[in-house]
Amino acid sequence: MCQDCGCEQGNARAHITKHHSHDHTESKGFEEIHVHVHSDPSVNIRGSEIHVHVHLTRDGEAHPHDHDHDHEHLSESKALASREIVLESRVLARNDEFAELNRTLLKDRGCVAINFISSPGSGKTLLLEKTLEGLADRVKCAVIAGDQQTDNDAVRLRSKGAPVLQIETGSSCHLNAEQVGEAIRQVLQEDTRLLFIENVGNLVCPAAFDLGENYKVVLLSVPEGEDKPLKYPVIFHDATASVITKCDLLEHLDVDMDKYRDSLGRIHPGGRTFELSALTGDGMEGWLSYLESLVT
Amino acid sequence: MLMHELSIAMDLVEQLSEVISRENASEVLEISVAIGAMCGVERVPFEFAFPEAARNTPLQGAVLNIEEIPLVLKCNDCGLEGETDELVMICPGCNSFSVEIVKGMEFLVRSMEVK
Repeated sequence: MCQDCGCEQGNARAHITKHHSHDHTESKGFEEIHVHVHSDPSVNIRGSEIHVHVHLTRDGEAHPHDHDHDHEHLSESKALASREIVLESRVLARNDEFAELNRTLLKDRGCVAINFISSPGSGKTLLLEKTLEGLADRVKCAVIAGDQQTDNDAVRLRSKGAPVLQIETGSSCHLNAEQVGEAIRQVLQEDTRLLFIENVGNLVCPAAFDLGENYKVVLLSVPEGEDKPLKYPVIFHDATASVITKCDLLEHLDVDMDKYRDSLGRIHPGGRTFELSALTGDGMEGWLSYLESLVT
Repeated sequence: MLMHELSIAMDLVEQLSEVISRENASEVLEISVAIGAMCGVERVPFEFAFPEAARNTPLQGAVLNIEEIPLVLKCNDCGLEGETDELVMICPGCNSFSVEIVKGMEFLVRSMEVK
């Protein structure tokens, strides 16, 4: 027990008193925390005038103290030196600015853009080939194709008569609005009314990046499984329309179309869904009419 | 393949570096970010990517605080407004499909603690 103030050594203990000075030199053999809270008795202890000393001792190294010694008041010095800058801004603000420029550019040019998103291998390129063929005499189209490497898709699509521009994204997993803006300026022709932006095959990353498109369309091929929309809810929710591709494979697979419809409905109630086979042409006319309706 | 969280973290660092220079700050102690459940960015890869993006920038060593914003839906049929753990657009109260997203799409940088 401290003779001056009655605090018990070895226990954390706060005592509120007027200033006093004393040494604690007798503690041995254990770690202790000794807290003094000093305040003039006339001061409300909830006020800001409280002054706290924390003295740590370990293994008998008692720390004698009086109240004339110097110590740094870390919390005070930090509080004075640091400050908070409130931002409340969108992290993707820069991309969104480019996306907005793209939207304005497209509008000025009278062109509607569709961001085509799917897993690798869902049939984006074949659907686009057949779409370009189907719309050849109906709507002037252009394509921006994004892939990490190669211009294979662009080569396939170019044979369909529409201008095609390939963006090789290198190590990146998605297209961003800045890249797409440059490509739009190059690929659009005077009479282009419908621009397809074939994103990098990936259901996760492209969902976070607005490209300035008017619509997102997500593709889902029959072999991918009925619960895929539930596994990747962000993109299936964002998409204006979903296309279930490779429906010609239905007879070979143990899958249930109603379950596809159900999982799409849970993620995007009321969203447009197309079921088709770009290979056989089944269901293509409904899809082509839909696209045509977007530009007229 | 690069995670998109890395390119996002690099964008964020660039954006904040401009603020730091504008504000004449010498050191960034903390950054507070809010990630919505439906914004398409995941907490763990973002936490992994941020220190890499911040390396050799004024943001190196800054503590990244992440607030996770859950998906909050409002039901047009029963009027319930509430959080849902499952990322499906179904009212947790009455199972209606007619719901609107109230929260969960955000991806914000809220504030920075600087010296």
